[in-house]
Amino acid sequence: MARYDSLLDACGGTPLVGLPRLSPTVPDGAPPVRLWAKLEDRNPTGSIKDRAALFMVRAAEEAGRLRAGDTILEPTSGNTGISLAMVAKLRGYRLVCVMPENVSTERVQLLRMYGAEIIFSPAAGGSNQAVATAKQIAAEHPDWVMLYQYGNEANARAHYETTGPELLHDLPGVTHFVAGLGTTGTLMGTGRYLREKVDGIQIVAAEPRYGELVYGLRNIDEGYVPELYDAGVLSRRFSVGTRDAVLRTRQLVEVEGIFAGFSTGAILHAALAVAHEAVRDGRRADVAFVVCDGGWKYLSTGAYGGTLADAEDALDGQLWA
Amino acid sequence: MAIEVRIPTILRSYTGGAKVVEGSGDTLADLLTDLDSRHAGLRGRLVTDAGALHRFVNVYVNDEDVRFLGALDAKLNDGDSVTILPAVAGGAFGFAAAAAIASHAVSARATAAAR
Repeated sequence: MARYDSLLDACGGTPLVGLPRLSPTVPDGAPPVRLWAKLEDRNPTGSIKDRAALFMVRAAEEAGRLRAGDTILEPTSGNTGISLAMVAKLRGYRLVCVMPENVSTERVQLLRMYGAEIIFSPAAGGSNQAVATAKQIAAEHPDWVMLYQYGNEANARAHYETTGPELLHDLPGVTHFVAGLGTTGTLMGTGRYLREKVDGIQIVAAEPRYGELVYGLRNIDEGYVPELYDAGVLSRRFSVGTRDAVLRTRQLVEVEGIFAGFSTGAILHAALAVAHEAVRDGRRADVAFVVCDGGWKYLSTGAYGGTLADAEDALDGQLWA
Repeated sequence: MAIEVRIPTILRSYTGGAKVVEGSGDTLADLLTDLDSRHAGLRGRLVTDAGALHRFVNVYVNDEDVRFLGALDAKLNDGDSVTILPAVAGGAFGFAAAAAIASHAVSARATAAAR
């Protein structure tokens, strides 16, 4: 388990650790209710997105869409860009990321360090400007390959083939799986696998609820649902606000020593909700949830210290998950 | 007691700019009918002609998505908090930009297949 031929071979196989202090206490004689954290920050670039990036690039290679020296274009300000930059470097591709100019300095530095080129869209123009910039670049470079994580089946398949089997192997009695809802790849892939293997499994989504500025829509019809999303895979879906996400992120490091990003706090909030319901109903529960990434990239927000209200203000208008 | 309903910016033209309004009803459908009696047109932005929730609208009762609680038939109680949000999980930039150039991804596939 400890020796690999290259960094790409070390993707996945992350530890699942129990949270004895954060798991709710149950009355004497009642069945146990336990929380388990899957530490996806232990992937090569420090996030769960390494799995999807690797699978999407491999699928594009196998389909003949990507050949040595090709350029990959991805509009992202987050972990997917960092993961793709690492995979692109090791597999011999160039990566161009399009992102708004107001993303955190850590992200820009990480992307450049891994060798990605960055095209900024003006922050002042909001999402409409970002869309215009992305469209223009795509039109100017029709030969660039866009992996499009929101609709790429290899994104979900990465979790069907790796995350799901790993979880079931480590926790055969799993009753709930809780993860974040963004591209929906983690929940669709892992959820489908676990539904096939575990009777009565609950697949629970935690969706970050941002400040209104982040949504930047002018009307409902500008909304967007990722092509990968199939509501039939989910049992429940929670919307988690900034304050609850920050509170849980802090609890996770204070009580269990796990230093995670804020999306993980949102997921933990939903995991605790279903765990407490199980206690109330007197049912056994083994709730596995995803730690998406470590907290390092978010330290500059200042949201790990100070009051919850300060942290909420600091994250207002940002993409914290 | 009543049910508190949080209205997103893009729908506040129907509530006179109010961020939070109150309503009542035993189900979400009843609540929306009640709201529409004071905020005419609001219901029509949330519910399709076929009588289903609009694809790009998410409604949460006490932070839980109503689509998993019976959708418009979801049961409500006094004191519940209902939040209406446009569907853009994950933030505007990635989704909007990705959706905008999705057609590019398709054409890129065609290009790759042709060479």
